[in-house]
Amino acid sequence: MNSALPNSFRSGPDERGHFGIFGGRFVAETLMPLILDLEKAYAEAKADPAFQAEMDGYLKHYVGRPSPLYFAERLTEHLGGAKIYFKREELNHTGSHKVNNVLGQIVVARRMGKKRIIAETGAGQHGVATATLCARFGLECLVYMGAVDVERQQANVIRMEMLGAKVIPVQSGSRTLKDAMNEALRDWVTNVHNTFYCIGTVAGPHPYPMMVRDFQSVIGLETRAQMHELEGRLPDSLIACIGGGSNAMGLFHPFLDDPGVEIFGVEAAGHGLTQLHAASIAGGRPGVLHGNRTYLLMDDDGQIQDAHSISAGLDYPGIGPEHSWLHETGRVTYLSATDDEALAAFQLLSRLEGIIPALEPAHAIAKVMELAPKRPRDHLMVVNLSGRGDKDIPQVADILRGRKQ
Amino acid sequence: MTTRIDARFAELKKQGRSAFITFLMGGDPDPKTSLEIIKALPKAGADIIEIGMPFTDPMADGPAIQAAGLRALKAGMTLKKTLAMVREFRKADDTTPLVLMGYYNPIYIHGVDKFLADAKSAGIDGLIIVDLPPEEDSELCLPAMKAGLNFIRLATPTTDDKRLPAVLANTSGFVYYVSITGITGSASADSAAVGQAVARIKRHTKLPVCVGFGIRTPLAARAIAQNADGTVVGTALVDALRASLDGEGNATAGTVEAVAGVVSSLAQGVRGASQAAE
Ligand SMILES: Cc1ncc(COP(=O)(O)O)c(C=O)c1O
Repeated sequence: MNSALPNSFRSGPDERGHFGIFGGRFVAETLMPLILDLEKAYAEAKADPAFQAEMDGYLKHYVGRPSPLYFAERLTEHLGGAKIYFKREELNHTGSHKVNNVLGQIVVARRMGKKRIIAETGAGQHGVATATLCARFGLECLVYMGAVDVERQQANVIRMEMLGAKVIPVQSGSRTLKDAMNEALRDWVTNVHNTFYCIGTVAGPHPYPMMVRDFQSVIGLETRAQMHELEGRLPDSLIACIGGGSNAMGLFHPFLDDPGVEIFGVEAAGHGLTQLHAASIAGGRPGVLHGNRTYLLMDDDGQIQDAHSISAGLDYPGIGPEHSWLHETGRVTYLSATDDEALAAFQLLSRLEGIIPALEPAHAIAKVMELAPKRPRDHLMVVNLSGRGDKDIPQVADILRGRKQ
Repeated sequence: MTTRIDARFAELKKQGRSAFITFLMGGDPDPKTSLEIIKALPKAGADIIEIGMPFTDPMADGPAIQAAGLRALKAGMTLKKTLAMVREFRKADDTTPLVLMGYYNPIYIHGVDKFLADAKSAGIDGLIIVDLPPEEDSELCLPAMKAGLNFIRLATPTTDDKRLPAVLANTSGFVYYVSITGITGSASADSAAVGQAVARIKRHTKLPVCVGFGIRTPLAARAIAQNADGTVVGTALVDALRASLDGEGNATAGTVEAVAGVVSSLAQGVRGASQAAE
């Protein structure tokens, strides 16, 4: 906690895209003019009531919002502490929160006259959401996906292809999300004139972290209103998993200035924090990658290290810059859950609530299992159920079968 | 302040010729061979030498230079070793300008002030850092100027007349015009369009304008050199280096010669250009 506490945790970023020392625009000159154009186009859209009206229409009728805030009665009983609510982002069209952001960016891309959309994807959920909206609006769609992820998220690869997108397996580096992002950036530099880069999380150069956060904030805004209706007050705590941090930012942001609300982000601890993992706050330090300064996993020479998580969507050696700032200011507490903890949570939730979660939010559930029993029964805890587990069923089945043998 | 870069361009201007600038990855395929290659470059015809600082995630580079960086990292190259290599080179050559090219993170982690002091004392003259646009000048560009190092900025086909002044404001040494929208080693440059772009940039600055990305052959180098103050070749040299390696990616007896040979023929191409009158 080295910086003085700000008056508001919701006023960032500054006009240069900084959250404290984090964020910024660390990109090649080729991209700079386009990033400035995007910043302008987004500012204009934000100020245009027609843009919001268009978004609201699609969010309601195409995505299926608002997503329910559901009292998880059996999980609550099982854990014997806090009253647990799920924000059911897994019920959105395409099966995760990713669609909230993609919708916003695609509408902005249309306003900018861009016809070719590229995206990176880890678990494939962002890729599926992008492919879906490109199909809906008749846009060309290319999705970069690490070859390792293409293997472990086959179902989503097939979905993207059915939706008319071209999936490009990335063979460089660790062949996961980080490398998919490098390759998408290379495509963007090459095709800068006609291409819109639809980034899947609250990372990248300014204005992406802010713009993606704004589009995802619908999660927290709805939660606020729904909790008010159900319980007549604010929740006491919020929990969400963190890959780049977009589902977490979306839930957290509208509550950052409510000091009574405890906030927890959950990183992927992989095999454990002393071994291979993807917890950049717990195991990394500030550096510069993919257009922004943020916490990153790296060695003493500043070389980026490979992340590991059972969950392709969390398998990234960085985190969005606003999270780095919220960590350093102490407003949000960052925890981590291992592969095994996530797997246990995945199974528990399937059996207790009849909801098969994606492996990503299973990390958040794993920490709910730890935190909820220590809280009183009138403590209202909201966890972001960011996606459904259909895509993970073959992978989890393989792992569980392997264990029985 | 006059750096070796300024002195070299002044000298070339007197001779009426364009500079030939080489790019190779520091530490490729291993630190020892890399030093031998760099030592051989001035004699083979390199007027200015760019040394790549390997980085795991080179987002503006194509497959050839990505692979070169990975070979170097695998062989144990680090920023400290790159600077040590420069110090070795300087023992025998105090005039050939040396420019470090790469990405910001390894420098940021080394510590900006410490890096600038170490680079200057090792004998570095300029820096090209791909992911630091003018919007981030306070990070490294301004401190580098203060430390007496040239900060060489990239201008690209997307840098229009409105933006050029911002790009040129704190540039020194030379301006590096990226002749294509794209990554290294992809498309080839169109010399007519490049000529126009160089002329456009020259309306905004007195600095030398050099051109790189997409130049592979002596003929192409000559065409570019007609209009530009310098021609940068990277991927073609990295490819020649790679082709000389054994099956395991290790240097062979022919590696240094293979690179020097390509450098010589490209340098001939550049020297064959008749410089357009100013
Ligand atoms: C269901 C789900 N949750 C979470 C994430 C992680 O991303 P973020 O941290 O940006 O929400 C992903 C990414 O693929 C995902 O598919």
